[in-house]
Order: sequence, then C-alpha cells, then structure tokens
Amino acid sequence: MSEALDVLLRCLVVLGAFLTMPLLVGQMEHKAMAHMQARVGPMAAGGFHGWAQLVADGVKFAQKESITPAAADRRVFELAPAVALVPYLVAMVAIPLGPFFGQGVLIGQDLDLGLFFVLAAMSVGVLGTLMGGLGSGNKYSYLGGMRVAAQLMSYELPMVLAAASAAMLAGTLSLVGIADAFEPWWLVVQLPGLVVFFVAGLAELQRPPFDAPLADAELVMGPLTEYGGMRFAMFLLAEYAGIVVLAALTTVLFLGGWAGPWAEQLGWAWTLLKIVGVSFLVIWARVAYPRLREDQVNVLAWKVLVPLALAQVTLTTVVVVW
Amino acid sequence: MNGTEVVFVVLSLLAVGSAVLAMTSPQLVHAALWLVVTLGAVAGCFVLMTAEFVAWVQVLVYVGSVVVLVIFALMLTRQSGRTTAEVTGNRWTAAVLGLVAAVGLGATMVAGFAGERIEGRRIGTAASIGEALFTDWVLPFEILSGVLLAALVGAIVLSRSGSDR
Repeated sequence: MSEALDVLLRCLVVLGAFLTMPLLVGQMEHKAMAHMQARVGPMAAGGFHGWAQLVADGVKFAQKESITPAAADRRVFELAPAVALVPYLVAMVAIPLGPFFGQGVLIGQDLDLGLFFVLAAMSVGVLGTLMGGLGSGNKYSYLGGMRVAAQLMSYELPMVLAAASAAMLAGTLSLVGIADAFEPWWLVVQLPGLVVFFVAGLAELQRPPFDAPLADAELVMGPLTEYGGMRFAMFLLAEYAGIVVLAALTTVLFLGGWAGPWAEQLGWAWTLLKIVGVSFLVIWARVAYPRLREDQVNVLAWKVLVPLALAQVTLTTVVVVW
Repeated sequence: MNGTEVVFVVLSLLAVGSAVLAMTSPQLVHAALWLVVTLGAVAGCFVLMTAEFVAWVQVLVYVGSVVVLVIFALMLTRQSGRTTAEVTGNRWTAAVLGLVAAVGLGATMVAGFAGERIEGRRIGTAASIGEALFTDWVLPFEILSGVLLAALVGAIVLSRSGSDR
C-alpha cells in the first residue's frame, strides 16, 4: 500500500512541477526580456511587479471562443495542442531533481534508460506543431509546418550525438547515474557537446533565434496561425514546458545536476538553480540574437553542429579509452 | 491471463488496427499519423517484453525522424487540393509481397520462439544489447554499417549528379 502511495505522491509532485515551472519561466521571460529592452513589462496585474499577469492571460485564454476553421482537417487540428503538450509532462517523470534532505533522489521514476526516454518523449512533442501546420488548412501554417519539419530533421542528429557523448563519459544511460558520475573537469572536456546540445535544443523548441517556422513578419504565426483561446494557450504552455525540460536535461547531462556544496541535503535546490539559470540563457538568446534565415538554420545544423558533435564524440571516446 | 498480457493484447490490436487504417486511409497525411499510432503501440509491446532500449529508440528514430521525413516529403510533393493516395498498378504486387513477408516473418517467430516466456529476466537493457552486439553479432554489425555507408555515398552521388549536368 505504501508503495502505491509513494508512486501517487511522486506523480502529484511531477504534475505540480509541470504546472508551476513553465509559468515561472513565462514570468521570467516577461520580466527579463522587458528589462533587457529597457522597459518595465507588465506591472499592473496583482500589484507587486505584475506577478499575476500570467494568471490574467490564462483567464483571458479560457474565455475566448474556440474556433476551428472551415478548411481545417478537424480532428488533426483539434488534437495537435494535446500532442504538443503531453509528451513534456511524460518527459518530466524521468528527470531527477537530486537528493532531498538526505531522503534519496527526488525523481518521478528512475529509469534504466532515462536519457533515451526523455529524448524520445521530446521528439514526439514536436509532432504537435507539425500537425497544427498540416491540419489548419492555411497556407501560412502549411509553410510554417514545412519549415518545422526541415528544422527538426536537421537538429535531431546533433542533439542526440551530444547527449550520447555525455552518456559515454558517464558509462550509463540513467539520468541519475550520469549526474552522479559528474566530475568538474567534464565541464571543459564536454564544452562543445554542451554548446551543441543547448543550441540544437533551442532549434528543436523553435525558440528564437530559431523561430523561422513562426516568423511573424513572413508567416503570421506559422503553424499556430489559426489557433486561439485554450488551444493556443496549450501550445504556449508546451513551449515553456519544453524550455524547462531542455534546461533540466542540459543541467543533468552537462552541468552536474545536483553537484555543489551540501549536495546531500540541498541537491534539489542546486538542480533547480541550474535549471533556472539555463532557462534564463534561453530567454537571453531570444533577446540577443536576430532570427536566422531558413537556409542559415540548415547550414548551422549540418556544417557546424553535426561536425562539432562528431568531434565531441571522438574526443569523448579518446578520454574514456585512455 | 494476467494484467501484462491483457495490456499486450490491447496494444497489439491497436497496432494492427491503426496499421490497417494507415493503409486504407484516403488521405496521405492521415495515413502518416496512423503510422505514428502503430509505431507507438509496437513500442509499447517492446516495453512489455522488457526490451526498453529498442522501444525508446523506436520512438526516437521512427516517430521523431522517419515520420517527420515522410510528412516533409508529403508536403514537398505536388498535390491538387486534398492529398489522396494514388492507386497504381503495383498495388496487388505490393499486397502479395507484403503478405509473403508477413507470413515468412511470422512463421520464423513462431518456429523460433513459440511457447517461450520472459520470466523476470531483464534481457532488453542497453547493457545486454550492447554486449551481444559487440561480441556475438559484431560481424553482422560491421557488415550493416558498411551497407549503410555505401547507401549514404550512393545517395550523395545521386543527389549531386543532377547539378553537374
């Protein structure tokens, strides 16, 4: 009985993290982006620095009418937001947060193949945007969907190669095992892998500067053009959940997860701190860099990231064997 | 029949059903999406047979890349209005070949593994697959990588020959 209770409790904690972390990242985006552009951002809602703006946005989304275009492929169109969102919830189950006051590692479910599980779940999530592009019956959505597909095919390979390099160095595919095996000098040896993984992850999430599929100046909103109300909100939530999953994975694979002072007690706090830091970098990249043109997107993937990832795998092989 | 077997049968039925839908759906896009369901259900079957590594790689490679490739090809090709599957004269040949392959593979499976049970052994972990791949099966593995390399070179040659002329 206590085992079932344990599983239930873990699921609730994961669900709680899934519902709150993306909102925190969203709030951070509002504020960090505003200050980087020398403006204040939303200030009125809720009183203190507009903390309730996202809640207000949520209420607004919920009130809107849900419209399905006449030309849309109805079921594909309606299913797409769920396909985009749910995989990130599933991925969070296997991501460890680290030791919790000496109570063992805080994690939904420690899988023997956690790394592959999370990568597989992330690769399913991006199908949702593709379905939105195909099912909307709108030429802008269609063009956006085409760009999504091209981008995904290019960046899947360097991302998996970089992740494989981390797994090779640790000698395990379990995310807990990889974070446990971390040693500080990995930061140097794995630096190219870290950069490749982070950049490819940004592209996979279609975050700026890799938002050519959504390019609002050319394609209105790309695959999301026809979405409104709750469905659009689900796509937004999926984007922020994607940032959290990418930041958590980067932390666990390359930044040592819960490595830090008093890791036995405060490991979870270190992990959370690093996740917030990486999420901040994701937001910073949005403000700092202009959007890549469609051909530049593919050139960066095939001529820079893939060779770099292969070099990293070779280097890791040498280090491991030696 | 225990719980695991019930889930296995449900997943198998799901895989077969969505495969039939993928074949008969008049819209190619729907066919590709039904293929996603088929591949996912087969991955579920792999998990139940303790072959987790194969299951997640199946999702990562087939759902994450191959289906995206299929959809990309669909989007690039010319289409008049609704995308419909074209009926060609090869249809019956393809059906016969598919049937022969299915019967052949099925017969091999039944002949080789009929009545065997997985009793709590973890035979499908990454460690055991890696060990098998690099000890007993290292020669087929190397031959396969040679074939893949040849296919890669061939694809590059084919795609470049057009621009030289």
